Amino acid sequence: MESVWRFLKSKQGITIIGFLVLVILVVVFYSISPNQTQAVLNSMIRHSTPLILGALCGVMCERSGIINIGIEGHMLLGAFMGYMVNVWTGSLVLAVAASMLTGSLMGLLLAYMSIKLKLDQVIGGTVINILALGLTGYFYTVGLTTSGKIMTFPLGPLADIPLIGPVLFNNGFITYAAIVLVFVLHFFLYRTPWGLRTRAIGEHPEAADTLGINVIRMRYMNVLIGGAIAGLAGGFLTLESVGSFERAMTNGRGFIALAVMIFGNWSPIGAWGAALLFGFATAMQTQLQFMGIDIPHQFVGMLPYVLTIVVVAGLVGRTHPPAAEGKVFEKE
Amino acid sequence: MASEPETKKTDFWRALWRSIGVPLGAIVLALLIGAVILLISGANPLLAYSALFQGAFGGASQISRTLEKATPLIFNGLAISLAFKAGMFNIGAQGQLVFGAIIAAFIGFAVKGLPWFVHAPLALICGAIAGALYGSIPGMLKAFTGASEVITTIMLNYVALNMTDWLVGGPWQDKTTEILLPRTPEILETARLDQGRLITSGLIFVILSLYLALMVYLFVKSHKKIRMAGKTTREFFTANLGSLLVALIPVILVGLYLLDLLQVGFLIAVGGAFFIWWLLERTTLGFEIRTVGANSNAARYAGINVALIMILTMVISGLLAGLGGAVETTGVDGRFEPAFNVGLGFDGITISLLGKTHPLGNIPAAILIGSMKAGSNTMQFEAGVPKEIVDVVQALMLFFVAADMIVRYVLRIKGKEEKVSLTSGWGQH
Amino acid sequence: MNQVPVLEVRHVSKQFPGVLANDDINFSLNKGEIHAILGENGAGKSTLLNIIYGLYKADQGEILVDGQPIELSNTQDAIRHGIGMVHQHFMLVPVFTVTENIVLGSEVTRNGMLNMKEARQKVTELSKRFGLEVDPDALIEEIPVGVQQRVEILKALYRDAKILFLDEPTAVLTPQEVGDLFKVIEQLRERGVSIIFISHKLKEVLAISDKITVMRRGKVVGSTTPREANERILAEMMVGRDVILTVDKEPARPAEKVLEVKDLTVFSDQKHKAVDHVSFDIRAGEILGIAGVQGNGQSEFVEALSGLRDAAEGEMILNGQRMPFKHPRALVEHAVSHVPEDRQKHGLVLSYSLIDNMVLCTYYQPPFAKGFNRQNDAMRENAERLIKQFDVRTPNADVKASTLSGGNQQKVIVARELSRPVKLLIVNQPTRGLDVGSIEYIHSQIVKIRDEGAAVLLVSAELDEIMSLSDRISVMYHGELVATMDVKEATREKLGLLMAGVTPD
Repeated sequence: MESVWRFLKSKQGITIIGFLVLVILVVVFYSISPNQTQAVLNSMIRHSTPLILGALCGVMCERSGIINIGIEGHMLLGAFMGYMVNVWTGSLVLAVAASMLTGSLMGLLLAYMSIKLKLDQVIGGTVINILALGLTGYFYTVGLTTSGKIMTFPLGPLADIPLIGPVLFNNGFITYAAIVLVFVLHFFLYRTPWGLRTRAIGEHPEAADTLGINVIRMRYMNVLIGGAIAGLAGGFLTLESVGSFERAMTNGRGFIALAVMIFGNWSPIGAWGAALLFGFATAMQTQLQFMGIDIPHQFVGMLPYVLTIVVVAGLVGRTHPPAAEGKVFEKE
Repeated sequence: MASEPETKKTDFWRALWRSIGVPLGAIVLALLIGAVILLISGANPLLAYSALFQGAFGGASQISRTLEKATPLIFNGLAISLAFKAGMFNIGAQGQLVFGAIIAAFIGFAVKGLPWFVHAPLALICGAIAGALYGSIPGMLKAFTGASEVITTIMLNYVALNMTDWLVGGPWQDKTTEILLPRTPEILETARLDQGRLITSGLIFVILSLYLALMVYLFVKSHKKIRMAGKTTREFFTANLGSLLVALIPVILVGLYLLDLLQVGFLIAVGGAFFIWWLLERTTLGFEIRTVGANSNAARYAGINVALIMILTMVISGLLAGLGGAVETTGVDGRFEPAFNVGLGFDGITISLLGKTHPLGNIPAAILIGSMKAGSNTMQFEAGVPKEIVDVVQALMLFFVAADMIVRYVLRIKGKEEKVSLTSGWGQH
Repeated sequence: MNQVPVLEVRHVSKQFPGVLANDDINFSLNKGEIHAILGENGAGKSTLLNIIYGLYKADQGEILVDGQPIELSNTQDAIRHGIGMVHQHFMLVPVFTVTENIVLGSEVTRNGMLNMKEARQKVTELSKRFGLEVDPDALIEEIPVGVQQRVEILKALYRDAKILFLDEPTAVLTPQEVGDLFKVIEQLRERGVSIIFISHKLKEVLAISDKITVMRRGKVVGSTTPREANERILAEMMVGRDVILTVDKEPARPAEKVLEVKDLTVFSDQKHKAVDHVSFDIRAGEILGIAGVQGNGQSEFVEALSGLRDAAEGEMILNGQRMPFKHPRALVEHAVSHVPEDRQKHGLVLSYSLIDNMVLCTYYQPPFAKGFNRQNDAMRENAERLIKQFDVRTPNADVKASTLSGGNQQKVIVARELSRPVKLLIVNQPTRGLDVGSIEYIHSQIVKIRDEGAAVLLVSAELDEIMSLSDRISVMYHGELVATMDVKEATREKLGLLMAGVTPD
């Protein structure tokens, strides 16, 4: 009994309860107003996709001990390069590849700055953010056209399930990829030697080092992969969601992704839950306006940030950031 | 024997080079790489940079615009530099600035019937207090729960953004125009900073005279001491060249103000920089702040209340940022609009590091970044170069000044600097 | 004995800047032997171990395993040759389970996935075989230190270690845990593991080892067995009798009681009871020396008395006035000076000039400050005067403290702490790592302040220092002051036994 109570009070517990409450609310709302509910949920998924991809990048980097506040920059450059390749070649496959490659190049830069140059990692991330803003703004030209964007494709009969079908199983490729990645990464992080070692180098790199794990190589690799995922988040914006590029179009999503990662306690599935919650909050902002409900949408909009502050301050539950984050690892 | 003052002199230049070599090198390297990018994209770097320079310093109005752009940047750089001194990273100075700006706007348009010499200072003070209160939140969270100020200030940035968004779209919206825009009404004439120019000029004249008198007094006093120590006047001058130059800055500034080249806001910013410099170097509180940043264990040993100093530092840091926002509202914009100076917080980081987190170093660094912002439009117009290249150059500057080992290697600057660890992971400790 | 030693060290030397840490070390370890290396702090024991484990490279000499010389360029080489090490500071990931920590780096996998079930089985099996009881699923941060140590041992055994190094394994353990560890070590020996046990605790060494090698100042001074030796002999070998620094001083003239401490109880960072109901007093004009092997609660004891750590229980009465704990400034204002144990962590701000360091505790008082305003001239004058007075070797007062040598850094601290009126001086390890000249100077200053009428509390792990400076000596063992005596009654042997926990009955 006490363990149940403890679980309920824990962060996972709260997340699960919150999730259940949401599900019940959704069902209730669906029975009252099916169209509106579906619109909100669709918009939730759409808003949560770049957030979860960005957060997965954060998880990859921070679990290996590298703070990444440059997610915004990875995303923006990924979005831009994906878009440009789409303009030049008309190939969406190449475009997606380009956005991921760009993201991982930025990841390489971050890793180089924090591991080799031993820069303060927060500054390194800031360099990437400003650089991305500048480069994309500089090279962006107005009036380009593309041959199209990634279309949604329903997943056979699954898409016909009422409510869930259109929400989960009628999306574009990157949205599916994001959901798959959540589970794949979660699995890898907790069920494979790579995951065990990754978590070890983020917590106690010296211990990992004495056991023959190449801390530096692993950090480089993980930050590269993380960068690619954040690049994909950018690709989602220009190739699947909006279909075109605008200056500074990520609009702070990289920082919400950071909040998502923290709120999800540095775990992929936790982050997914947080991303859905934050996506839901965003979806509700617009919906509330339609419904003429008099809660200023900005209050819903600031919820994610306030919640994140509450969580990092340890006022509710406790987060466990990787212990070696932000610290320079030096081999003897 | 005669060569002794000579070596003194070279010592001075060497010390100067050692202290500003890295930022200068970073600026040059960043501009060079920027030029390469310009070349690759088919633009003429010389043309672009000269247009940029023209747009920033080509005439009285350009200089005035540059200094106007630099004003909030100085405040932001100061806010971040001060926090660095106490070992904290106020990456969210932006949020404190935005709050200062909107509160100043509110005081400016909502409080009526005050004379300008009460109204304008009141708006500034309220803006500064708003920033200070907002800055105290991450300070207290850090001191009491150990929550990283890097995260909390980033998050508070967005809270501030939403909050002001709501205010300008709701309770504080400008309802005077036909089409409702999300912005506050214009502030009253009495709240504007450039009021009563004649009287402020007079006031400044008095202050300047007092300042000069003080300088002469200090000069004579320390000169006497030097003479008693058996050194020549020339040695005294070479040894104190730096402080003499610094002492000249206010005189130059007031001159520029009287020539109508700069706003009173810029004077306040420079005054703020001098104040922070004085605070850090000359007061016991400054000593406490620096000790907490340099070695918090030793600070505890010395009987310093570390938690209190952390909070106080964030309060002052927020106050500076808020004052910057208030100056911008009351001195330049005349109202608060939501797209208000997005990204200033990040500019502040670049400026703080370019100025080597020295309060006075922030001034030239802010003028540099401000000039790039001011000149970028001219560059875009005349050289056909998208103005965002200045962001690229700024990012490169930040990179090189932070990665000082590269610059040191390229420029062969000797002397290893003690690296300040700016952050130490985040979350609880 | 005809068998080939499993490990042999021949003529190993290692020079560090300023110290010859290992000087022509010869040493061998037989199969199934528990071999203790005994020596004081800084005798070179850990350096030797780190060389054999591949963390440091020896300047000369060779290392043989099973009679074959081996090449050691990193720890992996050592692990491959069956050498395992339990570091003094554990190398464990706190948020991982026991099993995860053990298998990390050589995981049990099935189809590329972690097979934690099998790993757990292996760990359980291993822990049964060697009698190392652990819960394979427990989180490291939630288990006691003694169990964490078992996990470290299991980590080595999991990698088939034949030779196990234990670096000061008992330093962090409670007496009960030490007993458990000894049982484990004996079981390991029965299963053919050879063990090197580093310690400076005589009693433990005699209790557990088969062979004892004693090191002093980077050299092996002798080998013996527990049967041939006793604590007295070992203490003599370990401390040596050739180098006793003498300090000229008059007999003390103790006056009124300055400090009275009643029932002081302090907890360590690990929430252990580090200081256990300690009561004592010090009079003006006398030096009370606290002897004891390091790690017996001295650090926490001093931290509590100097305001850096809260006390769980007890009272501190200074000149008849009850003092608050955890309030360093109140102590400064009541004329308490403190030379801390770690001069770089607490004593100095390394990036500050000597001018600033000289006023670290009094920066806010006149003449160094008038209200908010710092008085640069007064501070500079103060620093320059103290530099001269205390013979700090520095080009000028403006250099950063980090540029000074250890001895001069310590002089800066001593100068600062003695520059204001002192009624009570607390000094902890005042001469650790210093050259002889600085040691003598600091000793003379401590005696001088006593003669001026201050009460001095001297904590040191150096027996010589305690014996030559103190007027009375207390011995701290396991957080308690086990005995107090006049310096005239104290002998090296008597103190050595007390420090090792042997109380005469």
